[in-house]
Order: sequence, then structure tokens, then C-alpha cells
Amino acid sequence: MVERLEHEVEAGNVSADGEAVRARLIELLAEVASTARAPIDLSGEPAVLLMVGVNGTGKTTTIGKIAWHLSKEFGLSVVLGAADTYRAAAAEQLAEWADRAGAELVRSAEGGDPGAVAFDAIAAARARGADVVIIDTAGRLHTQSNLMDELAKVRRVIAKQLPGAPHETLLSIDATTGQNGLRQAQLFAEAAEVDGVVLTKLDGTAKGGIVLAIAAELEIPVKLIGTGEQLEDLRPFDPTDFANALLAE
Amino acid sequence: MFDQLSDRLQATLSEVRSRGKLSEGDVDAAMREIRLALLEADVNFKVVKSFTATLKERCLGADVLGSLDPGQQVVKIVNEELTGLMGGTGSELAMASSGPTVILMAGLQGSGKTTACAKLARHLAQANKDVALAACDVYRPAAVDQLVTVGERAGAHVYQQGTDADPVEIAGWALDRAKEERRDVLIVDTAGRLHIDQELMEELAKIRKRVKPHDVLLVVDAMTGQDAVGVAESFAAAAEFDGVVMTKLDGDARGGAALSVKAVTGKPILFASTGEKLEAFDRFHPDRMASRILGMGDVLSLIEKAELQIDEKQALDLEQKLKSNQFTLEDMLQQMRQVRKMGPISGLLGMLPGMGAMKQLKNADIDEGELDRVEAIILSMTPEERANPALIKGSRRKRIANGSGTKVQHVNQLVKQFDQMRKMMRHMASGKMPDAQQLAQMTGGAPRPKVRRR
Repeated sequence: MVERLEHEVEAGNVSADGEAVRARLIELLAEVASTARAPIDLSGEPAVLLMVGVNGTGKTTTIGKIAWHLSKEFGLSVVLGAADTYRAAAAEQLAEWADRAGAELVRSAEGGDPGAVAFDAIAAARARGADVVIIDTAGRLHTQSNLMDELAKVRRVIAKQLPGAPHETLLSIDATTGQNGLRQAQLFAEAAEVDGVVLTKLDGTAKGGIVLAIAAELEIPVKLIGTGEQLEDLRPFDPTDFANALLAE
Repeated sequence: MFDQLSDRLQATLSEVRSRGKLSEGDVDAAMREIRLALLEADVNFKVVKSFTATLKERCLGADVLGSLDPGQQVVKIVNEELTGLMGGTGSELAMASSGPTVILMAGLQGSGKTTACAKLARHLAQANKDVALAACDVYRPAAVDQLVTVGERAGAHVYQQGTDADPVEIAGWALDRAKEERRDVLIVDTAGRLHIDQELMEELAKIRKRVKPHDVLLVVDAMTGQDAVGVAESFAAAAEFDGVVMTKLDGDARGGAALSVKAVTGKPILFASTGEKLEAFDRFHPDRMASRILGMGDVLSLIEKAELQIDEKQALDLEQKLKSNQFTLEDMLQQMRQVRKMGPISGLLGMLPGMGAMKQLKNADIDEGELDRVEAIILSMTPEERANPALIKGSRRKRIANGSGTKVQHVNQLVKQFDQMRKMMRHMASGKMPDAQQLAQMTGGAPRPKVRRR
């Protein structure tokens, strides 16, 4: 990308003063960041969203926010599936968000089978004619192949229950993550066919530059950004704003 | 752990080692490689700069270039400097001389504080401490429930007042209670907070003032990028932490955060968290980590793990049995279980010197399922059969296979391997060292973990 910019400056397409180069750089960054952009697919009946990611990147919180937006702003009925059966109190955490967002929750006992929870959640949504199902999964490090296999299985179970589902698989990436984010995206994409990234914790000092690499190399776009702990702290990703912020001091 | 960095450093150093003599140019080239390797590993650029500068200066010293084996000297210096970068010899928690030792945990959201609290509690409980946990994260939904669950699993008492109380109040109340109940240690879990969130950082300072902790630990996600330094600096300003708990080290993090934090803040990494299970938590030893990164293994940690898990009396019994050739399948089962208690086999392999360089093992994924199968087969045998495997013939074989959900050939295989092992041991007991052929049989014969390449 730097090469391309240098090239353009040399060729005289971009004048060689700081401001112009900067503006062009922002354009270029935004262009990379908007690779393969598509809105979140809610056309399924019900639409099934699967949330995946490394431990502590903000999956459950993001689901709470998405559920709130869908139900309060778009008036959709939402069912949440607590398929994180591993971490202590993960289901309670999701229950709290379900409560705030006015969504229904399907859960099982701790240590239960995540595939079964996903299956039940979709079954419940179909029975009640809900619009959207969001499945939460346990955080896992992308290097643990057995856990990644489990994730692939959850995906298969979902596809079996509802052909075409999950319609949207979202990967949450912590903005403070360094180069490692690219590996995360790569391996999660292999296991679960990730459609988009949710970049979380952007309210800190981290800018999440790694999503540029993810967009450029894996063609997985950022779809949403998380900017705080409140229900409304979730926004669609804007490539130009992002590029501006990346260069801001 | 830190595979990429480790690969690159090892490649550079083996290049240096292969030369008989080193010129200044050779050292320059090696330093350039090391600098690149560290930058790619997300190590803070300032840290990299000063690190390579010191390194170069030391490597160009007369005693290196003029020595008989300059390559080896350079490796030694890199090892020493890397150790220094991560904090020199390991540091310890400060313990109170009387009353409960108070440990305050802080960090960003999702860095793994609550899990680290429970793991630390278990770690201390293993050292015969009576540990209590205070649940001061009242913001994140169900954080209190989580601490209660994992804390009890860790064998600690959990003090909680739900989510309506003020965190500072809860912390103070918990401290009073810990004193009253005469606990040895009180670990205070706090809510995750961004280092730029003024209000919450002030709250942290208040909690600190209220409980006067002996140790403030900052929990840092090993996968954090260049931002790690900024986070550590802000937390240092607001909470003056004393040490770091590095989490999620079992991933393929490149190690930047782990290598930069000490250099920037001057605070050592005290603990490393390396897995989903509560046991996956250890003291952090910079010297051992440095030699692991440089592929020199970490035999010390391996021995410590073994000492912790292996019962001395059982080991003596076993030795007796081996000598008198009374080793049975039952003993083999016991032994296998003890080894497995030390953690996943793949983790243990990484501690052996030179293992990192073995390509085949590097990408190998040891299939623990194979060991499960051996266990299942032995468990499906009657005590007589375990003591005397010669009994196992036709119908018994079939019964054992059915009972363990395996096939007859698996049972055969195990019995045959066991026979070979016994033969070998008879030889060893009689004072003869096994010859190469027997050893080959043994390694081919012992229940071999299936090696799956990724």
C-alpha cells in the first residue's frame, strides 16, 4: 500500500505536499478496510447469527448489544442461545443481557453440549416464529485444535437444523490485539467460515489496525465496532472514520 | 509458546554458531535479524532498540570476538540479555508478616482477571494457604457468579455481596472478614477497566487505598500488541502495580507483551497462565523462558512439575517392583495417570531441550485419545488379568475389547507391548543396559501416542 502511494506521488497524480498525501493515504486505507463489505444478512427465517472468538474478546457483550439493537430499534424478536457451556456463569451473563435487551434465552446446564444448545435455540425460535437467533459460543484460543473442531461441529449442527444457517458468523476481535489477530481470523475462518469481524473495545487507546491486514489478506470485512459497555455502544463500521482515526495522533 | 520468535532467533543463532570466527559484520548481520524478529513479535520498538544496542556492545567486546568459540559466546549473551529483559531471576509475591496477605488484581476487560484470580487461589492453596476471594466486579453481568463458581472449584472462600454494593465497600468488608476468619490470603477481583476511563481508574485507586494490598497484580493478555506498553504505563500510574500475570500464553502469541512490559514499567512478570484448566498456572521464570525461546529447553520446570505430582512412596514402590520384575498392567496404569497429571503431553515436550528444533514434533498434535484408549483397555481387565496378562486369551480378549469399546487387535497390541517392556526391565534390573535393538523395540513397543500432522 505504501508502494502504491509512493508510486502515485511520483507519477504526479497526488501532489507531494503533506496534506494531500495524507488525504490520499486515508482513501487508500479506507479502500482496503472496505474489502468485501456487505450488510449483516438477516434474510433467514429465522436469521441465525453465530458468534465466535478468542477468550475475553467480548463475544457475550457484543451479542447483548446486537440483540438490543435488533429488538429495540428494528422491533425484531430475538432468541439468544447460550452455547458457552464451559465458562462458569457464562449463561448467567448472557441471561442478564437477554433481560436488558428483551430477548428470550435458551440455555442448558454448565458442561452441556454446545451443539445441543444451538439446536434447541433454533428449534425454539422456529416454534415461536422469532426473527433472529444469536448463538453465543465459548471463547477458545485458535491454537486448540480440539476446541476448533468443536466449533466446526456446532456449525454443522446448526446447518442441519436449518439449511443455509448460520447466515452470519461473526468473529470478535479485541482492538488491543497485535499481529496475532491475523492468525486468529485465519484459523477461525478455517473452522467456522467467518463472514465478518466485530472489532471490540475501540473506546480504549488501541485502534485495531490489525483488521486492515485481515481485510486485505483474508477478505473478511469488519461489520460492527464496539465502543463501550452500554447497550447502545455498538455501531456499524465506517471505513473512512476508521482510516482517519488510525492516522490521528 | 512464542514459536515464531523462537524459530527466527534459533535460526539466526545457529547461523552465528556455525562460524569459526566472527567479524564485526557478522555480528551486525545477526543483530539486524534479531531486531527484525523482535519487532515482528510485537515487542515495543523502543525496547527492541535498546535491547539490540546492549547486545551488540557486549557481543563486540574483545572477550567474545577473540574467544575460541565466539558463536557460543554470542548465544550465551543473548540468553542472558533475554533473561534480563524479562526480569532476571524470578520474583516472588510479597507476603504479609502477620494477618492476611492482600492481593489486588486489575486489568483491561477480557484479559482474564477472574480466571486468574481462581488460578492464583488454587496455586496458593496448593502451598497450604487458606485463601479467600473478594468479588468486586459489580459491573459485568454474572461476574460475581463466575467468581463464586471458579473460586469454589479452586478451594477458596468467596466473599460476595451481589452487585448492588459499592466495590470499595465490598473490598473493605471482605478484608475485615478475612482478618476475622484468619485467612492467609485475600485476593480482590476487580472489574475490567480501560486505562483511559478516569472514573473507574479512580475507583481502583480507592480500592487500593481501602485494602492496602501487599501486591497489586496487573493481568495482561499475551496477545496484546504494541498497545500493551501504553496500558501498562497507565495502570502503573493509577494503581502502581507490583507485578504482572501474563494470560493466554498457550496461544500462538508472539510474545511482544511479555517481552516489553518489564522493560517499560520495571515490574516483573510473576505468573503465567497457560490453559483452560485451573492447574494451567505457573510461576514465571525469565531465565527458563529465555532458554525455552532459544530452544534450550526447560528441564527445571519439568522436574518441578514431576515432583509436585508424583507421589514419592508410589515411586519407591514402583522401583521395587521393577527390580523384582513384578511390574503389572495395574502399575503401568498408575504411572501413566501420574504423568498425565502433569498436563498435556504436548506441553511437557516443549520443556525438553532441542524439541523445538524437531520439525516433526513441532507440528505434531499428540493425540491424548490414544492414551485414553490404553486406560480404557486396562480398566476393562479383571485384577487377575492385570497382574498376569498371560491369562488374556481368546474370549477374554473379546470381552476386554467390548468392554473398552476398542477392537481385539488393540488389546493384543497392548499386551504385546507390555510383554516387551517387561523383558526390557528384566534386563535393566539385572544391571545390563539394553542394546540398541531392544531400545528400538521399546520405543516402537511402548504405547505410542499417535502423531497427527497438521
